[in-house]
Amino acid sequence: MEILFLLIPLSVALALLIIGALAWAVWRGQFDSIEAEGERILRSD
Amino acid sequence: MTTQSVQSIETAEPIVAYEDTAIRQFSLAAVLWGVVGMAVGLLIAAQLAWPELNFGIPWLSYGRLRPLHTNAVIFAFGGCALFATSYWCVQRTSHVPLFLPKLAAFTFWGWQAVIVAAAISLPLGYSTSKEYAELEWPIDILITLVWVSYAIVFFGTIGKRKIKHIYVANWFYGSFIIAVAILHIVNSAEVPAGWMKSYSAYAGVQDAMVEWWYGHNAVGFFLTAGFLGMMYYFVPKQAGRPVYSYRLSIVHFWALIFTYMWAGPHHLHYTALPDWTQSIGMMFSLILLAPSWGGMINGIMTLSGAWHKLRDDPVLRFMIVSLSFYGMSTFEGPMMSIKTVNALSHYTDWTIGHVHSGALGWVGLISMGCLYFLIPRLYGRKQMHSTKAIEVHFWIATIGIVLYIAAMWIAGVMQGLMWRAINADGTLTYTFVEGVKATYPFYVVRVLGGALYLTGMLVMAWNVWMTVVSGRAVRFAVPTPQTA
Repeated sequence: MEILFLLIPLSVALALLIIGALAWAVWRGQFDSIEAEGERILRSD
Repeated sequence: MTTQSVQSIETAEPIVAYEDTAIRQFSLAAVLWGVVGMAVGLLIAAQLAWPELNFGIPWLSYGRLRPLHTNAVIFAFGGCALFATSYWCVQRTSHVPLFLPKLAAFTFWGWQAVIVAAAISLPLGYSTSKEYAELEWPIDILITLVWVSYAIVFFGTIGKRKIKHIYVANWFYGSFIIAVAILHIVNSAEVPAGWMKSYSAYAGVQDAMVEWWYGHNAVGFFLTAGFLGMMYYFVPKQAGRPVYSYRLSIVHFWALIFTYMWAGPHHLHYTALPDWTQSIGMMFSLILLAPSWGGMINGIMTLSGAWHKLRDDPVLRFMIVSLSFYGMSTFEGPMMSIKTVNALSHYTDWTIGHVHSGALGWVGLISMGCLYFLIPRLYGRKQMHSTKAIEVHFWIATIGIVLYIAAMWIAGVMQGLMWRAINADGTLTYTFVEGVKATYPFYVVRVLGGALYLTGMLVMAWNVWMTVVSGRAVRFAVPTPQTA
């Protein structure tokens, strides 16, 4: 199962990328007033 | 809808308009490829019941047309619907026109070139033999170019957005675009041996592992995350209500993308794949039930307090019934990944039934609902030419799906039981061909279900045609900060 030497590091890299994206979103205030964001798309497009 | 066409707005400043040309093209292409892909599906379903329908012509043989069917419905029909809806959603939720509209035009023509190349090369017998990745290496390269362009257009638009918050649907679309790029590149790694011939970079069970790592993640990111993006924008818009719980949408997004990657090995139960890898695949598949149902509940509950809208809005009915099928197939999937259940279901038509409950029910119906939302707006009409025809389409399609999946459930369980039946002396009770013979009536019922589903799609194509010829392409102004 040498293929796992490719797929597992790839998964780990992706997981780190996902954690990075989540951290970015949290710290940039993406989730600060989320319920209002659901309403916004109904008001304008 | 509070949008106005550009022509009707009187201001001194030049108006910035959304870039909708590629959306119009992709929407119409989705309908066209839907008809083609489903017609090929109907033909091969009929071939399984009546093999004479091969007509002895190699180009029409089941083995060549089956990948044409899967490619056409997943990547041509589903793909075009995803391009169209994502370009619409990302502009409207970001309040900016598409980034590099010429590159968006390239994604349309490039994607159509991929589809046409598939429609020619697969019947001719060119195939890598990798399921859902059958196209040969020159086409793989074109797919990569189109996909990278798609990512540039999509993320470029996010990058120049005027609204600080990135709407949840865009997270789903974005993860779908990134994941499909990675999956395609890793799985399609191959060594060319001539213009239309290549060998996979991996061999034996390694290749099988990569294939199903790709294959199931294609289900997870192409057929789930992408279409959940559709759901999170178009269901609230059509219902006129915000998503039931925005908090749940965020939690279920991150949970889904964290856990999807390792479900693939459940396609390789009881094979040469190491047992522990199979068990990991099963475990992750079971975990997936939670985030999948998070999305299903969130979508359906968006109608909470407004259920009456289902009575007279057939477009909304398409969307909500599609979510019911999503819930059903994401419950069935984890159950089928359990090894003991899989021992019965694997290699039987139960799997085909499961796939089509997701494909016809979830992916098909949500796409059709979104196209019914988009097409009148793109052509300056208040609604589709005929609401009655949408209603008819809905019922024909739903009955078709139920016939299809019920036939395959019964056929599948029956096949599984017949294959494992053993006499007292240890010999097999049934020969394989007895199982095939017993399946015949169910194959006929499936043809009937598929014919109904295709008929519904033809009704849609007529309705779209009538809407488009009596409308005209309109441009929508981007809201300025004052009006937004």
